[in-house]
Amino acid sequence: MPLNFAQPAHPSGWTLVFLAWLLASVATLGALFLGEVMGYTPCVLCWYQRIAMFPLVLILAAGLFPYDPRVTRYALPLALVGWALALFHWGVASGLIPEQIAPCSKGVPCAVEQVVWFGFLTLPMLSVAAFSGIIALLLLTHYKASQ
Amino acid sequence: MKKTLFIASGVLLLLAFLAGALYFKSEQANQAELLAGQNREGMLREHAPQLGPTAAKVRIVEFLDPACGTCRQFYPLVKAMLNANPDKIHLTLRYTPFHENADQVVALLYAADQQGKHWEVLEALLAAQDDWVKHHVAQPGRVWPHLEGIGLDLAKLRTDMQAPAIRQQIEQDLADAQQLNVSKTPEFFVNGKPMPSFGEEQLRGLVDTALASEYR
Repeated sequence: MPLNFAQPAHPSGWTLVFLAWLLASVATLGALFLGEVMGYTPCVLCWYQRIAMFPLVLILAAGLFPYDPRVTRYALPLALVGWALALFHWGVASGLIPEQIAPCSKGVPCAVEQVVWFGFLTLPMLSVAAFSGIIALLLLTHYKASQ
Repeated sequence: MKKTLFIASGVLLLLAFLAGALYFKSEQANQAELLAGQNREGMLREHAPQLGPTAAKVRIVEFLDPACGTCRQFYPLVKAMLNANPDKIHLTLRYTPFHENADQVVALLYAADQQGKHWEVLEALLAAQDDWVKHHVAQPGRVWPHLEGIGLDLAKLRTDMQAPAIRQQIEQDLADAQQLNVSKTPEFFVNGKPMPSFGEEQLRGLVDTALASEYR
């Protein structure tokens, strides 16, 4: 079977789920690197986003072998919840959502940015981007399968 | 083909993670050694409790929180190394009360030091840690029963531990720890060198290397 990268204009459903898995894996390992290697303590909202992201690595992998387009049904709820949390976190961290409504005041505050890369890139932003990518890929998979 | 791609990606990601972790840890150790070299006086304050002969050439500085379980686990190891090399190793303790309310217990230890009973009290407290640390919060009120039989003047201890001088010592300890990037306990520096990574073996290796190079 030829590699699907040969025709990037029409990636197969498998490739889409594979890319989503790749994205979830990178996000998971990235979160683990920040937490376990660099020693940043995750705030409460980060933990909830981790709860949504980590299982995606396993669920999406299970949908790859054998390929099952219905993996979207099982993965999408997690991705959507994670995306909503990430968006909320982004709002708290950038001050759009006032701190009183933020659920985390003790321990590690969610409203403080621990990491800022290149002067603008923060962790909640990366989280929103990762969940958005996964959602987009899963929706494309669903669309392809229903054609 | 798909399986190969999947497995290769997984292995590649994990390898990247491990390589990154190794690189980061070694950089961190270099950084810590550099910092320790620049902050010699921040490592050794006059008020810090010390054990062993001053002439010893292997000098361990330990940052310790009496409420920290891992510190309790490491304590016998450090003690054993000191006992095995009675005239070669010197230990300085720096208190970093990171646990909630642990600062009051450190104040008590400093007050006990004024009565010459610091190490006895520390050992009694570590042995009874489960009783006075609940869910990672120190409960200074539960410490007192464990001080019986050490021969302390408890009334004096209660007054002494409130002294502003002791509060300042603890603040100095915490400021020094921050300066040296010590954010977890226990942290050890052996002749200014931190552990390459965290573990009993690593500490033993560090001390053995220092012993070998200072007393060949």
